Amino acid sequence: MKHLPGVILFTLLLLPRPGIAEDMIMTRSVLAFPEAMLALQESIAAHGYTVSRVQRIDIGLTGMGYKTDKYRIVFAGKIDEIRELTDKAPQLTPYLPPKISIFAEGDQTILVTINPKRYAEIAGDAIAPVFFDRWESDLRSIFYDVNTAR
Amino acid sequence: MHLIIGLLLLVITTVVVGEPRGGELYSAHCSACHGDTGGGGVGVPLSLPSFLDSVDDKFLRMTIRHGRPGRVMPAFSQLSDAQIDAIVRFIRSWSKEPAPEFSDEPIRGDAQHGKQLFASECADCHGEKGEGGRGTGVTFSRKRDLPITPPALNNPGFLAAASDEMIRHTLKTGRLGTPMDSFLADGLSEQDIDDLVSYVRSWEKQLPVTEKRAVTVAETTISVESPYTLKETIENLKDAIVSQNFILIREDTLEHGLVREGEEDPSEVILHFCNFKFLYEALAVDPRVGMFLPCQVTVTEVAGKVTVATINPLYLSRLFNNAELSEYCEKMHEVYALILEDATL
Repeated sequence: MKHLPGVILFTLLLLPRPGIAEDMIMTRSVLAFPEAMLALQESIAAHGYTVSRVQRIDIGLTGMGYKTDKYRIVFAGKIDEIRELTDKAPQLTPYLPPKISIFAEGDQTILVTINPKRYAEIAGDAIAPVFFDRWESDLRSIFYDVNTAR
Repeated sequence: MHLIIGLLLLVITTVVVGEPRGGELYSAHCSACHGDTGGGGVGVPLSLPSFLDSVDDKFLRMTIRHGRPGRVMPAFSQLSDAQIDAIVRFIRSWSKEPAPEFSDEPIRGDAQHGKQLFASECADCHGEKGEGGRGTGVTFSRKRDLPITPPALNNPGFLAAASDEMIRHTLKTGRLGTPMDSFLADGLSEQDIDDLVSYVRSWEKQLPVTEKRAVTVAETTISVESPYTLKETIENLKDAIVSQNFILIREDTLEHGLVREGEEDPSEVILHFCNFKFLYEALAVDPRVGMFLPCQVTVTEVAGKVTVATINPLYLSRLFNNAELSEYCEKMHEVYALILEDATL
């Protein structure tokens, strides 16, 4: 029984994963923006991350007189991890906290983020690659949740 | 319990060694841009009947494999041939018509005459040098009543994927549901169309090879040591940001929202700022620019040493495969460098 969680995790990792481009992770949700945003925030929390801020890009643009659709940036992270990164790889600090862009496209919603493997590239030897592999795995799982939420 | 593990392993084995499933691969790799049912969005509408009736499977395979350098569509080099074939079969399932087949034989026409025809018949949509329409096709970049952004005909990915006969077919029949009309119906002759094909083919050059190499810190961030205190540096930055015509949005600690108020590390501060006109224009070029947003400068103090740092937009720009966006990244790089210089002089 002790192997079951690992087997399930492995199985989940082999399921279709949203948006496997090398440099970015993207997915589409058939949900309208508000519902997709809710699904995203719930999944982020379920994966143990804290949403630290939501930047409402569309509100800023509209306030300045530009016409736009819904566009938000969701910042999220785990404080222990953020502190480890700024301590061991300060060159990553300008890229923190990690963020996810979420924007409406018609009556659906698109999510995009940088593949954490690119952060590994910036951190160099200061942080073990497995750290960012786990981030990538979590992000793909979060995107999968939003992609399949109904 | 062993039965459950056995069943799960069976599922895994099926996934690993079984026939690639085109629908799932499409959902994983393509639907974010092209839509769940191929209706288009950031990418072109693949399910448009006039599109599927005018491109062969080789075109689709080569397009997935090599992408469109500088035009957002990435090269899916990580996919196997079998996976790409499965995606093509899935895309093809949207049409009841059989896939067209086109010869790879080159078409001999008068490229000089084709150049003149291109200027008068094609350049309005496809650009003077075949560079294609601007933007990627979502809400910010174009009206939703336009079904497609005119493709870049001079793109090495397009020219590697499209045979002369395929281009000729499109010129002759047009693409119903897009602004691309039939040139035969518009009065051009078969010879005129061959001349146009020859001119478009004259742009062909070798596909660029993606260079994989280690990056340096200097490439990924812009960083300057400040001779001032943390507080002074922050005030200097605020002035510098405004002097570059940006609006300061807010000042936060890096840990804001991640820990309880009052427990944040005060020696890591982020200044968020924006130039909304610049932002609006950048979003029109690529809706994924949220990766840059909002503009931010991070100020840190470690053992009395104050450092000011930003992301390097030139480093991020290469992740987007969007030549238009690269121009904006160069401008943003200049702005960041100026702000840092002004604040730390």
